[in-house]
Amino acid sequence: MDDQGMTREPPAVDAEGLGAGVECREYLAEVHEFLDGELGAERRTVVEIHLERCGPCLDAYDFEAELRVVVSTSCQENELPEGLRDRIASLLRDLADEL
Amino acid sequence: MADPTRFADQAMEHMPSLYSAALRMTRNPADAEDLVQETYLRAFRGFGGFREGTNLKAWLYRILTNAYINRYRKQQRRPDESSLDDVQDFFLYRRLGGLEGARAGRSAEDELLELFGESEVKDALESLPEQFRLAVLLADVEGFSYKEIAEILDVPVGTVMSRLHRGRKALQKRLYDFARDRRLTGADPALEPSDDDKHEEPATRG
Repeated sequence: MDDQGMTREPPAVDAEGLGAGVECREYLAEVHEFLDGELGAERRTVVEIHLERCGPCLDAYDFEAELRVVVSTSCQENELPEGLRDRIASLLRDLADEL
Repeated sequence: MADPTRFADQAMEHMPSLYSAALRMTRNPADAEDLVQETYLRAFRGFGGFREGTNLKAWLYRILTNAYINRYRKQQRRPDESSLDDVQDFFLYRRLGGLEGARAGRSAEDELLELFGESEVKDALESLPEQFRLAVLLADVEGFSYKEIAEILDVPVGTVMSRLHRGRKALQKRLYDFARDRRLTGADPALEPSDDDKHEEPATRG
């Protein structure tokens, strides 16, 4: 017995584990706008509520979020080439001196 | 109006991320250095037109992007949009969702990094046609908003969203293909050949 007197149907998923409800499709289509922080506050809350209730959608959102972290960290250079900063600083000083 | 003598104080801190972006654009360290230098010189000369208090980083990226396009677009044919595969949404998730490691409780991030490695992620991004590469780079690596990207690339916000949508899907497909090719000898069962390479139509829905 469920303590809260609520029973929950396991969410329907398709063969690839994605939420298969009509509702889920709408939420899945918004994953990038959500992660980009481009959904309005109201819509964002609606999505968050769905994600709290729907494991398959949450897993799919999480995956996209983690992939972004991987892309972002992999594509950033941590170090500037030797001498580049000094060279540019020196060029800028020369230009400023001419003013 | 911004005072040019104060330009260096404000702009130098953005150099690492500008260099990083320049390297993803030009795919060549020497060219990336030239591009960053050109960006700073152009920005210095144009700094009088910069409104202080507005987004300096986005302004520098706009100059970087224009410098890149002016310099390199001549060398290549117009980017061929049709060369971009039409890829399913959640392409990677559909294929990797059931990995052994995920069931053993490792994070998807660790799993992904193990599967691809940094250099493959870089290669995959750099392999995208220019306009998609720039959109994905500005959003996913540099974290600019749609509106900022629209201003940097001088295109409407709707165009930014469409390039991001297609670019991200193509990136997933290329990541998958790179990892699969590398592992063909290793026979990783998680990476079976994708059989939809040839599909022209998007997956039908409903």
